[in-house]
Amino acid sequence: MKNERTGRVINVNANMVTAQVDGFIIQNEVAYIIHKEERLKAEVIRVRANRAEMQVYESTQGLKAGDLVEFSNELLSVELGPGLLGQIFDGLENPLPALAEKCGFFLKRGVYLEALADETQWDFTPLAKPNDKVLAGSWLGFVPEKIFKHYIMAPFSLYGSLEVLSIAPAGRYNLKQPIAKLKDSAGRTHDVFLQQVWPVKIPIRAYAEKLRPQEPMVTKIRLIDSLFPVSLGGTYCIPGPFGAGKTVLQQLTSRYAEVDIVIIAACGERAGEVVETLKTFPELSDPRTHKPLMDRTVIICNTSSMPVAARESSVYTAVTIAEYYRQMGLNVLLLADSTSRWAQAMREMSGRLEEIPGEEAFPAYLESRIASFYERAGVVKLYGGAFGSVTIGGTVSPAGGNFEEPVTQATLKVVGAFHGLSRERSDARKYPAIDPLISWSKYKSFVNPENQEKGVAILRRSHEIAQMMKVVGEEGTSLNDYIQYLKGELFDFVYLQQNAFDPVDEATPKDRQVYLLQFICGILDSEYQLEDKAAALKFFQALRQLMRTWSSAAYLSPEFKKIEEQIAVLLEDKKAKKGK
Amino acid sequence: MQKAYTNIIQIAGDVIIVEAQGVGYLDIAQITGARGTSLAQVIRIDSKRVSLQVFAGSRGISTGDKVRFFGYPMRISTGDNLLGRIFNGSGLPLDKGPLLSENLTAIGAPSVNPVKRIIPNKMIRTGIPMIDVFNSLVESQKLPIFSIAGEPYNELLARIAVQAEVDIIILGGMGLKHDDYLFFRETLNAHGALSRCIFFIHTASDPTVECLLVPDISLAVAEDFALKGKRVLCLLTDMTNFADSLKEIAITMEQVPSNRGYPGDLYSQLAARYEKAVDFEGAGSVTILSATTMPGDDVTHPVPDNTGYITEGQFYLKNGVIEPFGSLSRLKQQVNGKTRPDHRTIMDTMIQLFANYRETVEKQSMGFQMSQWDKKLLKYGVLFEKDLMSLKVNIPLTEALDLCWQILADCFTPEETGIKLSVIQNFWPRCISASKDPEMQRGGPKQ
Repeated sequence: MKNERTGRVINVNANMVTAQVDGFIIQNEVAYIIHKEERLKAEVIRVRANRAEMQVYESTQGLKAGDLVEFSNELLSVELGPGLLGQIFDGLENPLPALAEKCGFFLKRGVYLEALADETQWDFTPLAKPNDKVLAGSWLGFVPEKIFKHYIMAPFSLYGSLEVLSIAPAGRYNLKQPIAKLKDSAGRTHDVFLQQVWPVKIPIRAYAEKLRPQEPMVTKIRLIDSLFPVSLGGTYCIPGPFGAGKTVLQQLTSRYAEVDIVIIAACGERAGEVVETLKTFPELSDPRTHKPLMDRTVIICNTSSMPVAARESSVYTAVTIAEYYRQMGLNVLLLADSTSRWAQAMREMSGRLEEIPGEEAFPAYLESRIASFYERAGVVKLYGGAFGSVTIGGTVSPAGGNFEEPVTQATLKVVGAFHGLSRERSDARKYPAIDPLISWSKYKSFVNPENQEKGVAILRRSHEIAQMMKVVGEEGTSLNDYIQYLKGELFDFVYLQQNAFDPVDEATPKDRQVYLLQFICGILDSEYQLEDKAAALKFFQALRQLMRTWSSAAYLSPEFKKIEEQIAVLLEDKKAKKGK
Repeated sequence: MQKAYTNIIQIAGDVIIVEAQGVGYLDIAQITGARGTSLAQVIRIDSKRVSLQVFAGSRGISTGDKVRFFGYPMRISTGDNLLGRIFNGSGLPLDKGPLLSENLTAIGAPSVNPVKRIIPNKMIRTGIPMIDVFNSLVESQKLPIFSIAGEPYNELLARIAVQAEVDIIILGGMGLKHDDYLFFRETLNAHGALSRCIFFIHTASDPTVECLLVPDISLAVAEDFALKGKRVLCLLTDMTNFADSLKEIAITMEQVPSNRGYPGDLYSQLAARYEKAVDFEGAGSVTILSATTMPGDDVTHPVPDNTGYITEGQFYLKNGVIEPFGSLSRLKQQVNGKTRPDHRTIMDTMIQLFANYRETVEKQSMGFQMSQWDKKLLKYGVLFEKDLMSLKVNIPLTEALDLCWQILADCFTPEETGIKLSVIQNFWPRCISASKDPEMQRGGPKQ
């Protein structure tokens, strides 16, 4: 296996280096450029005759024609095993805290550390028995990791039926001690360890079947859950101009979403935002388990000033880790912020390869790359009968906030839900700034579908009237239309908008959403006896005030019930007059 | 010492190609010819063909000139010796001081490990209410001023620099008009700040390539001071010129342009500079304020657009004032909860009312009837623009907050502002015992 193949650098063009190679070259294999004492990781991305064109995952400063290149025979891979949760990695799965300990303030190039600490001992409990027949991905045993049973699986890279020759008894093992021996159909034996290695750009397919996403994922954001829901195993995208609140939305989703594990891929964005997550998450507690949020989180962080090629690989590293935990029957949410930066990384490389550019100089394969990334989401039935899912939510940062650009359009083709942010809503300090008039979802919500439609309909009607009013003024609008307009405004204000700084209002659980939406639809359906526009405005303003306060009261608390009664009185007052 | 190469085989734009061996990527070289010497930097290696961007421009370079490679990347001298000095984009003195060659540090150092950053938490007070009250500036923030060419962005930068409580000010001028350069020097000198300033100046008449180095040099020096525990404010004006220089070189190198001729890596290039803003765990900080002129006042132009995605907010300078809408400091939440308990309430209420005022103005101009409420808003808007928005106003934060309350009290009843009762009780001007401050009474007699 160790047939050392080497080459020599001949061209250097920013982060693209070309090497002349003796012997064969494998597409996408990892190579190391040896520069003095440094070993710089690179990936072969194009082969022309005996020349390998590589993208280098580090700064290429100082590289010379003639520098030695070593080829590794392996595709770009990540380590998978217990110990990933709570970690912060760069795009190549380098643990950043360990790197800081070793190198100080700066990310020194060419330093690669083990993603998982080899020496850590884990309490292993076997599940399989000798002579059992298993498949790649079958659970052989488990170790406890944070609050989860971390299943140790037969390596995903094996084929066909496997026979368990031996399995280690319960006890403490580290990552490098074999815990089982398997025999494949060809008679070869394989050792199984607590960790395994998997190439990031290839999806893990060790499951019985892929199913249609059905069950809604609760994000506790009313606008999303009730109107534009996302299913477990589904995909959604959040495009929006800068300053519209993409990252805030992602951060709150990562806190409140009802999933087992959250993988955050900070891809080419501000370092400051990652810092906020990684400094606050250990202190925040998961509302479901009351353990630190960090215990269910993995952060993959390749911020905008870190090397561009590693940015490209960071989303793959993240999705591979997500798939790995899915194989344990868990629901995993992957938040990628922002996929536009990933697409730009592809564009930069494509430019250096001098490929024929597509629209806005993005490469022609942009769409297929985006599609195959989102296709790695899904609900799967595992061989053991359990279900696991990967949900992918990606933000898109369209140039100039214009959704007609290639990355947004390519993404919209493949996702199941679209949450479009608008500058107008964010300027008006409306949170979340998702524009209900342009957003859509193909998934089913947990609220009554009739109410869901009603909500969207009143928003559209209200918007139409508002547009009309801009031209003809309030005076020229009929009272009936004016009330419809106020109803839409009310729905927007008290249901769609949430106060991200209010401890109760920032996250609304499922049952409260169902109740509240039913309640509001009651208001939208009713007709009120209001003499004129001033009276209508006054009535809806009073209603709005009360319902806002209601939103801050804990669900079903005495205060909640008290305000509900007040609202009922107010409503009854205006309705009753009509009857007489 | 090093071997000199004489076979220059191509000269195009400010890029020359020389045949040489054993040259490192991004290394520095010196070109010596009949018309003097210039530094140059390796920007591509194609086996023996080495492309160099020439700092002084390629005009007058002969194919017979000598190229000597130093074998190291661009370096800049750092340390206290630089204070009060003025350099050009290659780091050569523009004043009469000596050439510096101690404590050299490479420019474009690797990026900071995110786990070694801390959450920014110190406010920089500027005396400008539109910043201090509504969009507080925070140490280690990176923030551009978006404006069109004629706006007083350099005046604003200079004013913030003079007033900000920082240890060191570094000015990186790119494509700066000579007048503007003199303006900065005079203003800082007049306030006695020159001794803690370092200038790296590329004027509009200097060669393009030097412009590319200005941010890197400025930030390398800033970072070095920050690592020594200093709080550094780095002013970069104007980053659009930097982006245009990138464009020029990219086109010369025959790169495929992405958007309006700018190279595909514009975002990464800008981010590499802006991300140098940092608050180090256990050391100093670098704060970056930049000017980004928007060609045609178009915020979707690639330069402001990419910048907006990188920076932590932006100030819009329009008609000589900082526009309250669109201007944003993403880090204000980190500091404005700790200044005074009414700060956030005042910030939100004033802006909401001002938004209502703008709507009313629109309504008025369309000839709709003005209600009693509209008239109150109109009065409010005028006071707001005169007493708070004008860049002439220069008052500390607490005074500005008091002034906000005074304006509210002049125009509205407490209920009309929608402020929570508990805050009203504490801060509504009538409750503040007879004003100790003449500034606060100013609103009163106007009624």
